[in-house]
Parts: sequence; structure tokens; C-alpha cells
Amino acid sequence: MNEPTKISKLTVRNLNLHYGSKHALHDVGLDMGANRVTALIGPSGCGKSTFLRTLNRMNDLIENVRISGEIKVDGQDIYADGIDTVDLRKRVGMIFQKSNPFPKSIYENVAYGPRIHGLKDKAEMDALVEKSLRRAALWDEVKDELQKSAFSLSGGQQQRLCIARALAVGPEVLLMDEPASALDPIATAKIEELIYELKERYTIVIVTHNMQQAARVSDDTAFFYMGRLVEFDATEKIFTSPKNKQTEDYITGRFG
Amino acid sequence: MKKRFRPGEFLIERSIQGVAFISLLFICLIFVFVFREAVPLFTGKADVVTAHEEVGAAETYGEDASAPLPQAQQELEQKHVPFRAAALTAKDWQPVSLEPKYGLWPLLVGSLKVTFIALLLAGPIGIFAALYTSTFAPKWAREGMKPVIEILAGFPSVVVGFFALVVLASILQNLFGFQYRLNAFTGGVAMALAVVPIVYTVSEDALAAVPKALTEASLALGATRWETALFIVLPAATPGIFAAMILGFGRAFGETMIVLMATGNAALLTPSLTDPVRTLSATIGAEMAEVVFGDIHYRVLFFIGALLFIISFSLNAIAEFFVRHRLMKRFKGA
Repeated sequence: MNEPTKISKLTVRNLNLHYGSKHALHDVGLDMGANRVTALIGPSGCGKSTFLRTLNRMNDLIENVRISGEIKVDGQDIYADGIDTVDLRKRVGMIFQKSNPFPKSIYENVAYGPRIHGLKDKAEMDALVEKSLRRAALWDEVKDELQKSAFSLSGGQQQRLCIARALAVGPEVLLMDEPASALDPIATAKIEELIYELKERYTIVIVTHNMQQAARVSDDTAFFYMGRLVEFDATEKIFTSPKNKQTEDYITGRFG
Repeated sequence: MKKRFRPGEFLIERSIQGVAFISLLFICLIFVFVFREAVPLFTGKADVVTAHEEVGAAETYGEDASAPLPQAQQELEQKHVPFRAAALTAKDWQPVSLEPKYGLWPLLVGSLKVTFIALLLAGPIGIFAALYTSTFAPKWAREGMKPVIEILAGFPSVVVGFFALVVLASILQNLFGFQYRLNAFTGGVAMALAVVPIVYTVSEDALAAVPKALTEASLALGATRWETALFIVLPAATPGIFAAMILGFGRAFGETMIVLMATGNAALLTPSLTDPVRTLSATIGAEMAEVVFGDIHYRVLFFIGALLFIISFSLNAIAEFFVRHRLMKRFKGA
């Protein structure tokens, strides 16, 4: 049932990444389907977060990183010369492990992205802020206190605010780096529900430590181990009949 | 396992404790001393001890002590009127004259002029330098720049003053065509050299303390590094930068050597920033050695000292408050 027409949104081929002398990613190749949720799983230090951060070039900020290979978004190589990381990151948004709202009001948090990209009209901005908050399933909870500090929200609300903030710049892809790992089960359930709704419009790549979460939210799952992509398949297959012994051992909790 | 008394340990603990309290005690004693010397101005006892009484026979330089006083001094004695605190608010500072005037306005305004110019220059330079090293500079530049600028903070101010007096004053005069070679502006520029490191160091600490997660969030939204620095990092660190400016103000206000050498030292009360000025601190530096122990002039100088003490004490307290409470609250989101 999970074999729909797969249109690849992100294509990765022969990706190698070095931190100084450390070879962190070995020859990774992966296709992430449009409007699907791809989960990246694997033990700590396996390279899944590093991989995620190559997809919007956040690794560029770290010194001594060398990247080779090919990453394409809609067929366009994002490491090619003349690619502006500003445009790339507008298209490929990111949600971090720990919610990191700006020390500003709820409204300003969402409005920040569109504003730096040139949106000035107040009415348009109001509409965009509302739309983004609605899509992040936060609007009903905060509509009467938009001018309050973002820190007045609970942890789960802050994380959904960060999602709204990312949605406001109009991305096509959302990268999520363990977005629920710091949240309680109820807040986590809300985020997972949200991910399910968001995939209608967006392509989602999510790093998670939580097997159940990967099984619940994702369509495809990639298992990383020691900087290599060990197995990639539809989530059902990975969790019911993995081809690789290492994958099976990890999923059944024999290590990790 | 009976608790044992260890004399060595006890002795060391107590002596370290003692040393810690001694430094505190020094500050308190200085505080008490400065204020005690200034207080008689306000209790009306300042005019009891006159110059004449204090000067002993040994200081008549061979003249007969019982001989009639010279004309000028006689007049001084006759004109001796009780000191009133209101005299401090007069518009002239002429402490050594037949009719001494102890108006503090020209000194206060002088101090403010120099401080204002110094902060106007050092503020932006220090803050933007801090912004550069904390957010833009590659690692090697950050690791090189910070210590070098911090060493500048420990630069002897007499060297800065000398440089201003000999080199800077001429350059600025040629550049702007000042009527007076040494003036408030020249002093302010020289002072900026001493203030930049303080503004820089404190701002840098505040900017570097802005969580990396905020910077990443902004960049991930497609903001450029410059937009991130200006709209996210700088506003988040405002309390710390405010503290940096306050500490810079305190340094400039209390600094003595540089202003003594570079401002021209004329206690003029004018609106112009290019006239010579004399600051509160330089007044103490210049006149304390010449003053008669215990007379009004002496006590007024101590009053100025007390004033400077209070100002710098409160500025430091305010700065501390802003860094400790406001900045940390902002990041923790309390």
C-alpha cells in the first residue's frame, strides 16, 4: 500500500563528507520522495544529523568540512557554483532538536523570515502569520496573545512555533532534526500529527532516535550506521522484514 | 572516624579568608576616608581650620613667623567667610584667588563633554569590532584579536595621554583647524582609545553568549550572516552592550591622566566641544598636591573624589545588574 508514484524531491549520489581528517559520511546515495516523510534512523554518531544538515548546507558554517558528491533538489545541484544558500534555505527549511524561538514576540518570530525576504505590507504579513500558525496547528492556542514573548509558550508550543516560523518563508522541504526529543508524550503526539498533515504540502526528512516514532510518521526509512547508509526502503519493510542483519539488530534493540 | 582538628588546614583557610576580607576592608576604608574629609563642608565646620592655623613655623621658609602677615594673606584672612554648600553650584571654578570660587559646574560639564565624545567614538567602534569577532571572523582572527584588544585595556593611560599630547593633538588641529590645540575633542578622542577595549570586551562576551541555536535558526530561514548579526544577535545581546557602554562611561568619567594631559585643563563653562575643558578627575590630579591640608579647597577636592566614587560605584552596579539579570533572563526565557 505504500508504493505510490514516487517523484524524487531530493536526490543524493556518492555523498562523502569529511570533518578535518574524520570521514563522517561514506558514499551515501538516497532518493527522498516528494510529499513523503523520510525518516533517518541509526545510533548516535552514525552521521544521520550530519547528512540532514548537508541538505540545506548548514554544514557550510562549520570550519574544515569537505563535501563531495551530488545533492539535487528538483534536479538542481545545490553544491554547484552560483547557488545562493539564502535561496536554498528558503526552499529547504529546518526544525531543530531543541526549540529555539527568537527572544521576540510570537508574531515577530513568524514574521522574521518573510520580513528579511522583503515582505513589508502589514495586512499581507498578518495573513501570512495566521496561515503559518494555522498550518503549524498553533493558531487557536495563541491567536489572542500574538504580542506575548515566545518564551511564554510551553516546550511543545515553542517547537510548533518554530515550525510555523519555518513555514512562513514558503519552503518545499522541511528538515527536522529530532524535533520531539525534548518533549513530553502529549506534545510529541501533537508534533507527529502535525507532520502527518504537513506532508500533504511539504516533503519532510526527519531524524529520530525513536523507533516507534519513525514507524508511526514515516513512509520511508533510511538506516545509517558508522557513516554509511546501510538500508533504505519503505518504512513497513524496514520494520517488518529488513534485508540487512545490522538493521534488524538495531530495530529490535540489540544495539543502539 | 572521629573528626580531627587539622591546625595547618585551619590556618590556611583562615589566612585566605583574612586576605579576602582585607581587600574589602581597603575599599571600605578608602570610602570612609574620602567621605570623612569631605563631610565638614556640609556640617559648617570647614572654615574652622584656616590655612593660617595649619601652617607651622617650619613652613615659613625662614621668615619670622611672628612678623605681620603680607598684605595679600591679611586680606585673605579678613575675607574669610563661612563656607556654604551652595557655593559648589556656582558657575566658576577659581579655588586659588582672593575670592575663591568652588563652582563644580564647569568641571562636571567638562567631564561630561569628554566622556560624551569618547563614548560617541568608542561605542560604535567597540560594538562593531565585537560583532565582527563574535559572528563573522574566522577562528584565527577571533583568537588573535580578542587578546590584543584586551591587552590594550591594560595600556598605561599616561602613555595614551602622552601620545595625545604630542602627536594626536597636532594631527587633529591640522585636520579640523581648532583654535586651541588641546581641547575637549582632542581629550575625547584620546579617551576613546582607552574606552574601546572595555566596550569591546564586555560587548564581545555578551554577543558570544547569544546561543548558537538562535544564529542557526536565523540562517536556516535564509537570512544572511549580516541580517542574522543585526536582527538576531545584536538585539539579543542588548543588555550586555548597554552594560558595556555604562562601564565605558565609568572608565571615561574617572580616567585622569589622559584628560589631564590632553584637554587643556581650563575650567571653562562653554557649550563648544572644541574649547579646552577641565574634568572633575583632572582637577583632583592637578590640584591635590598644591592644596593646603584641611582647608576648604582641600575638602572640596575630596568632595569631588567622593562624587566620582559614587558615580563609578553606581554605574558598575547598574552594569552588573544588566548583565546578570536582564541578559541571562533573555536567554533562559524566564
